[in-house]
Amino acid sequence: MNAIASAFLAGLLFGLGLIVSAMTDPSKVIAFLDLTGSWDPSLALVMGGAIVASWIGIRLGDQQAARPAGAHDVTPEGRGAPTLSPERADGDVPRSGIIDRQLLAGSALFGIGWGVTGFCPGPMVTGLGLGFWPAGVAALTMLIGLRVGTRFTSAPTSG
Amino acid sequence: MEIDWARFTPWQALAGGLLIGTAASILWLRNRRIAGVSGILGAMLERGGLHSWRVAFVAGLVLAPLVFQPLLSRIPLSAPRMPGGEGTTLFLQLLAGGFLVGLGTRIGGGCTSGSRRVRTGPAVPRSLVAVPVFMATGFLTVFLWRLAGGLGA
Repeated sequence: MNAIASAFLAGLLFGLGLIVSAMTDPSKVIAFLDLTGSWDPSLALVMGGAIVASWIGIRLGDQQAARPAGAHDVTPEGRGAPTLSPERADGDVPRSGIIDRQLLAGSALFGIGWGVTGFCPGPMVTGLGLGFWPAGVAALTMLIGLRVGTRFTSAPTSG
Repeated sequence: MEIDWARFTPWQALAGGLLIGTAASILWLRNRRIAGVSGILGAMLERGGLHSWRVAFVAGLVLAPLVFQPLLSRIPLSAPRMPGGEGTTLFLQLLAGGFLVGLGTRIGGGCTSGSRRVRTGPAVPRSLVAVPVFMATGFLTVFLWRLAGGLGA
């Protein structure tokens, strides 16, 4: 399976997971965040399931990386890098383990936007495929936000 | 706090979560990339960032409802719905909230999927801080929304 096919498959399964768990439904997400209303704990189980399944992937990846040189798959973009390293700071890989003001402020702002809309980025994108118009509106300004946010990130990103 | 048993869908939530995690594992094992949607979208907006694997991942996210339509029609799923406001209020809410989601994830370096995915390497402590912070402001925002009377029963 080449890098494009595997990325496409990953996107498809990610989207399927969001729909099956109803995370594409903002009222479901808000029902989780609404502690003083009638609370729907579903989102916690989505997170739990995702952590378990991705943890297995990390373990398998560590084994893959531990194999002798040349034994692991070489893809055009990921040459079997054993773990995340700050050197591979090319936009979508977290830059470092440093906890700074950006991390705190950014996460806080994201939480407000999440609470206001019931959308995080994934469901906005899959919402487009569902033909759910609020997802399209939120996605539009999210893209602007992503663009504007680049100005406030400390380390310049390459790539 | 009162659990809404009628709305609680534990099995679907768990199954969906496992699918999301499996997708993240595939991207990690085959591409050595993190399935963080905000990170991928943000990188696509940068000069030279429109790599084919990113386009393929986003295409998969958009096409999932169509590709899995035969399967999804067999699962009891309620249509997505916006709680609270309507009309202009809802529209402004989406514009402002969407912007904050984009801005926040870019500055903070990740959204939910990216954060929960990153349990290894140097980014672990970041994720352990980021998740409680956005959870807290998310809870607070909805609490204030309810306090202001914007959310019905």
